[in-house]
Amino acid sequence: MASSTPVLSDRARARSGGTRPRRALTYRQRDAAAGYLFVAPQVLGVTAFVLVPLALVVYFSLHEWNVLGNKFTYVGVENFERFFTDPQIVPVMQATGVFSIGLVFFNLVIALLLAVMLNRSMAGITFFRTIFFSPVVVSLVAWTIVWGFLFQDNGGINGMLEVIGIEGPNWLREGPTAMISVIIVQVFKNVGLNMVLFLAALQGVPRELTEAATMDGANARRLFTRITIPLISPTILLTFIITIVGSLQVFAQIAVLTQGGPGISTTVLVYYLFQQAFLFGEFGYGSVLSIVLFVIVLILTVAQWQLRKRWVFYEN
Amino acid sequence: MRSAKWLTAAGLLTTATLVLTGCSAASSDEQASDVDLRMTVWTSNEDHLAMFDSIADAYIADHPEIASITFDPLPFADYTTTLTTQVAGGKSPDLAWILENTAPDFVDSGALVPIQETLEATEGYEYDDLSDAATKLWKSDGSLVAYPFSTSPLVMFVNNDLLAEAGQPTAAELRGEGNWDWESVSAASSAVNAATGKAGFVIRDFDYTSWDNLASIWDGWGAQPWSDDGATCEFASDEMTDAFTFIHDAAFEASAMPGPGTTADFFAGESAFTVTQISRASLLAEDGFSWDLLPLPAGPAGEYSIVGQAGIGVMSQGENPEAATGFLAYFSNPENSALLAQWFPPARNSQLNAETLAAANPVLSAEQIDDVVVPGILTGVVRQGHTDSAKISQTVRASLDAMWTADADVPAVLQGVCDAVDPLL
Repeated sequence: MASSTPVLSDRARARSGGTRPRRALTYRQRDAAAGYLFVAPQVLGVTAFVLVPLALVVYFSLHEWNVLGNKFTYVGVENFERFFTDPQIVPVMQATGVFSIGLVFFNLVIALLLAVMLNRSMAGITFFRTIFFSPVVVSLVAWTIVWGFLFQDNGGINGMLEVIGIEGPNWLREGPTAMISVIIVQVFKNVGLNMVLFLAALQGVPRELTEAATMDGANARRLFTRITIPLISPTILLTFIITIVGSLQVFAQIAVLTQGGPGISTTVLVYYLFQQAFLFGEFGYGSVLSIVLFVIVLILTVAQWQLRKRWVFYEN
Repeated sequence: MRSAKWLTAAGLLTTATLVLTGCSAASSDEQASDVDLRMTVWTSNEDHLAMFDSIADAYIADHPEIASITFDPLPFADYTTTLTTQVAGGKSPDLAWILENTAPDFVDSGALVPIQETLEATEGYEYDDLSDAATKLWKSDGSLVAYPFSTSPLVMFVNNDLLAEAGQPTAAELRGEGNWDWESVSAASSAVNAATGKAGFVIRDFDYTSWDNLASIWDGWGAQPWSDDGATCEFASDEMTDAFTFIHDAAFEASAMPGPGTTADFFAGESAFTVTQISRASLLAEDGFSWDLLPLPAGPAGEYSIVGQAGIGVMSQGENPEAATGFLAYFSNPENSALLAQWFPPARNSQLNAETLAAANPVLSAEQIDDVVVPGILTGVVRQGHTDSAKISQTVRASLDAMWTADADVPAVLQGVCDAVDPLL
C-alpha cells in the first residue's frame, strides 16, 4: 500500500497540470539503446576515419588545391580527365602489376613450400617456424633499411656473390633488379604470415583422407594436388586476397629503397599517389589516384569473392 | 530503423563539426594578448634550439602579448612535405625555415607575408646592412618576404693524409702551382682510389638522386639547368654536356668519384675530397686525419663560388602574422644575427669578417676564413631554383637515372631530361 502512494501522487500531479511523469523505456527500447551504445564507438570510428575521409577524397578530386597560395578551386572532372591523359599512368600501372604479380606468386609459393616442409613432427621444428615467422613482427622500415644496405653496390649481397666469383648487379640502381629487390624485400617480410596460415590449414587436413588415398595407390604428388590443395583452398584464397590487396598498398619499401627509381621503374600506384599529393601538392589529382586505387582493390576483392565457388573446394 | 538513422546523422554531424572546427581554428585574432608563436626548423641540435629559446625568452620578456614561442624541429629529409601538409591541415606554423630550392614556390605563391616594411621600421635593425646577393632569392615584387638567415658557401674539404699515401701533392700545393681545377682533382682522386682503395671526390648529399648538388661542378663549366627566366631547359647545352661527360667519366672510367650505390664519408676518412658547406667542419674529428679547406676548384669557365641559403618566412596562413613578423625583426636584428652566426653565416655585410666567422667556426683558421669563407659568401651565387620545384626535381631525377650506367649516352640522356622537364618550365 505504501509503495503505491508515489504513483498515485504522480498521476494526481499529471491530472492537475504539473510535471509530466517520465515514461519508462520498454524492454525492447532498452535493448536497442544498449545495442546502439555498444556499436557507437565503432560507428563513430568508421565514420570519422573511413566514411568522412572517403567523402572528402571525392570532394577534393573535383577541386584544385594550391596549398601555399591558399586557393581552392572547383575544376569539375578535370582531374579525372588528367588521369586518362597522364603519360606516366601506363608505366606506373605496369610497375604496380609487375610488383603485385611477382609478390603474390613468390610469396604464396614460398609460403606453401615452407609450410609443407615445416608441417612435420621433429625436434626443433618450432625453432624453424619461429625463424621464418620472425620478420613479420620486425619493424617494416627497419627491415627495409637493413635490406637497403645489403643491396648497395658494395653491400652484403654483392659481397657474398663476389666470394663465389659472381659480379653482382647494382641492385637498386638498375631497372629490372630494382623491382626484383623490392619484391624480395616484401616477400621475405611477410612470407611467414602466409606460412603460418598454410601450416594451420595443412594441419586441418584429415589424416584418414591421405591414408585412404595412399592405400588406393596415390603418390606424393597426387596426394598433394588432389587431396591437400583442394582441402586448403579456402586458405589459399584468403592468403591470395590478403597478399594482392597488400601488394597494392606497398609504400615504405619503395620510399626507403628506390624512391620510385631508377627512372620510374618502381613507381607503383601508391607511391605515385604520394608523390602527386604530398610532394607535388597536387591534392586533387592525388585524390583521383586514391579513388582509382580504391576501385581496383574493390574490383579485385569482389571478383575473387565471386570466383571462390570455382576456386574453393568447399564452396557450392 | 529511425533511431539508426538518427544515430548515423548524429555521428556524421559530430565528425563534420570536429573537422570544421579544426579547419576554422586558423582564424586569427591579431590583438590577442596571449599569442603563441611556432616556428618550424630542421635542426634538432640542442645547442641551436637552446640559443633560439634564449632569444625567444628575451623577446617574450619585453612583449607581454606573446605567451610562448616554440621551435618545432621537423626531419630534414621530409621538411617541406611536412610543412606543406601542416599548412594543408590548417595548422600552419607562424614562421618557417625555408630551403633555398623551394624558395620560388614559397616566395611566388603568396605563402609568405611581406616583412621588409617591418624590418626597415624596426629601430636599430639596419636593414641596409643586409647583403643584396643574400636577399635576392627572397624577394617578391622587389619586397623582402623572408630573411636569409644562413648563407653558407660550398667549399672543398681535402684529406691530406690520403693524398700523401697516394703520392699526390696536397691541395694547397696544387693551388700554389695554379692547378686547383677539376681535372687535377679528378686525377688526384683516381690516384687515391688506385693506391688506397678509398674514394676520390664526393659531392656530399648528391647520392645520385639529389642532382641539384651537381651545380657545384657544372657551374665551373658555365652551365645552368635552365635559362635565367626559367623558361627554357639548358640541360642539353654544350656546357652542361661537357660537365656531365666529366662527371660520368669520373664515376665510371676514372674511378675518381664513387659510383651509384657506393657510400663514402669524407669525415670518416673514406674519401680524399668532398664538396660541402663549411658548417660540416664540425664533423671533423679532433684527432683525425690532416685536412685542409679550399674554394671550389676552377672549371673550364674559370673560378666560381656557390652559396647555400636558408630563409625564415612568416606564413600568411599562420594565426598571428603580425606578431610573428615582429618576432622575426627581433630574431634577425644585428645582435641576434651575430649570435646566430655561431652556426649560420650571416647575411649582414658588417658581420662578414674573420672575427665574427671565426667564432662561428672554431675549427677553421683565420687564414681559411679570410681566404675561402668570406670570398665564398661575397661572390657566391645561389643554385638556380624554379617554381614547382618538387615536380621538376623528381622529373629531372627520373630522367637522369639513365645517366648512371657505364654505357650511358650522355648527350642523349641530357636531351631526354629537357624533353621531360620542358613542359614544366
